[in-house]
Amino acid sequence: MNSATFIQHMLNSLTLGSLYALVAIGYTMVYGILRLINFAHSEMFMLGAYFVFWGITLANLPWPVAMVIAIVVTATLGVVVDQVAYRPLRDAPRISALISSIGVSFFLQNVAIVFFQAIPREVYRPQWLENPIIMGGVRVLPLTLFVPLLSLALMLGLIWIVYRTKAGLGMRAISKDIETSYLMGVPVNRIIALTFGIGSALAAASGIMWALRYPQLQPIMGTIPGFKAFIAAVFGGIGSIQGAVIGGLALGFIEIMTVAFFPDLAGYRDAFAFVLLIAVLMFKPTGLLGERLEDKV
Amino acid sequence: MRKMLLLCLALVLGFANAALAADDTVKIGVFLPLTGQNAFGGQLELEGVQLAAKENPTVLGKKVELFVVDNKSDKVEAANAVKRLIEKEKVQAIIGTYGSSLAMAGGEVSEKAGIPQVGTSCTNPLVTQGKKYIFRVCFIDPYQGAGAATYAYKTLGLKKAAMLVDLASDYSVGLSKFFSKSFTKLGGQVVATLNYQSGDQDFTAQLTKIISEKPDVLFIPSYFAEGAIIMKQAKELGATFKIMGGDAMDNPKITDIGGAAVEGFVHTTFPYDPSMKNMTEMAKKFTAAWKAQYPGKELNVNAALGYDAYMIILDAITRAGKADPESIAKALAATKGFQGVTGATTINETHDAEKPVGLVVIKDGKKIYEGEITPEL
Repeated sequence: MNSATFIQHMLNSLTLGSLYALVAIGYTMVYGILRLINFAHSEMFMLGAYFVFWGITLANLPWPVAMVIAIVVTATLGVVVDQVAYRPLRDAPRISALISSIGVSFFLQNVAIVFFQAIPREVYRPQWLENPIIMGGVRVLPLTLFVPLLSLALMLGLIWIVYRTKAGLGMRAISKDIETSYLMGVPVNRIIALTFGIGSALAAASGIMWALRYPQLQPIMGTIPGFKAFIAAVFGGIGSIQGAVIGGLALGFIEIMTVAFFPDLAGYRDAFAFVLLIAVLMFKPTGLLGERLEDKV
Repeated sequence: MRKMLLLCLALVLGFANAALAADDTVKIGVFLPLTGQNAFGGQLELEGVQLAAKENPTVLGKKVELFVVDNKSDKVEAANAVKRLIEKEKVQAIIGTYGSSLAMAGGEVSEKAGIPQVGTSCTNPLVTQGKKYIFRVCFIDPYQGAGAATYAYKTLGLKKAAMLVDLASDYSVGLSKFFSKSFTKLGGQVVATLNYQSGDQDFTAQLTKIISEKPDVLFIPSYFAEGAIIMKQAKELGATFKIMGGDAMDNPKITDIGGAAVEGFVHTTFPYDPSMKNMTEMAKKFTAAWKAQYPGKELNVNAALGYDAYMIILDAITRAGKADPESIAKALAATKGFQGVTGATTINETHDAEKPVGLVVIKDGKKIYEGEITPEL
């Protein structure tokens, strides 16, 4: 392998890894606060991508406007899903909400198949994203530079919300003890709705970035990235925002480098991701940066 | 859509009652995926069959009746559909289906009952293997893989090939095996074979590796969902080699999704396309009839295969002089040089259609039918 090929592989890893990181941030945030793995995250990801391209093709909106509208619409949808599917289960055992999220995931996916049809659809990309920058045999896509910066910015933004704002204080209180939070006057339902809103907005943002990188829309497009991001979040320590970013990048590198160094195993690269998940769960269940959870009696 | 189906069902039931009284009819069953993931191809094939039946409503002076059942793109439904056609409707021959696994599930039932079944676009070799009553009007995967290799090596003069194969699909693995076999036999060299799995979206690692091996041509026997984004990513990574694929890439939407990246892409297909220049008389007649019957509806090779499946059964009945299942099967097996929409068709000893492989090139954002090639196996 010559150095240009190697650098190309590194850049490919960075692009894929930062996309995983972006999806994983949303997963981990909802988990960190509510201890709920929101499987419907993959569908918010898919819907966000569809909305933005509808905005462009049907309503002729300019790019940035379509993107903002799509993110806002998806966030609202996230709040609605919380009200309909999770809020009635607030006092039920945690597993009920988890099952409910699986239900929401299948529901939204099948609604999408009925209304958007299962055939893949095209994605229009702005011109500045189409042409790679060529440097000595290495081709850098503008997205390769943009997505990591976006992931980093969203990570910092989230940390700021969670640790520096009043709503963030409420989120942290809820994550520690939801019943006491009620007693202390924390507007629990509002804070949780906000959490889902932000989580869904993050899902939409990552779905849009994903669609720009892999320009094709399908109702099932969120499933595999969703699973991978979940692995990344667990690897980094689920609940930890920095951990999600590190986990996403690590997973991207592992996947691409597996193919780069062992091309015969290319068809099994997904298997490696899942083996990684099992290994992490066996040897370090809290992940790289995860905090040890104390069992509450 | 649902209304249409109900209408079809009502018509079928109506015919069924009428048929009980009359003995001078020939009953042909049709089982195709009209709903589910293969509905796109199944619908087109049904419309092809119906067009053929409308134009040729009688054989040996008897009226032909069609019985249509939806197999819902599901293997269990496919077997049930065939059972219903045979036991309830008492058909003498069956047309179907799009999708090899559906054809195999239905074929088990027809074979046991001794009712001849003619496949439309099921290309896996196993569909007819060891079967006495199962036939098809399409060629098989090995034939197509070899066709792509012959075109790459002989016509285009490309000597080094790479392959990107979907490990989770029998179709993809089968095609790649026969491409590689034929390409090496002709004197070419396969420099890299990399795999992926259906549903993958990132192919940059595989493509970077392939680009570093500097092939002249990349063969991607993939389905449509992956094929277009593979080509997009290859272009982004600076690939300059030719890219080729199989009939699963035959989809009118390919240029919408692929854009500039699919320019120059070549795929093999069955030898019919509405854009072909040297159409046979049959093909011309069919294209005109389609445009009159379904104005404005996009036409592709699946519709032509549906048409041919009906016509080849009628041809067999005419030659046999009677319409019992046993005679139809015997006559089908002896089909030689039948002039169909998709070319001159000969049924060989494995009950597969021998016909040339067609080639489609994407030029200036349009699908252009290039011509035919006889594969060197």
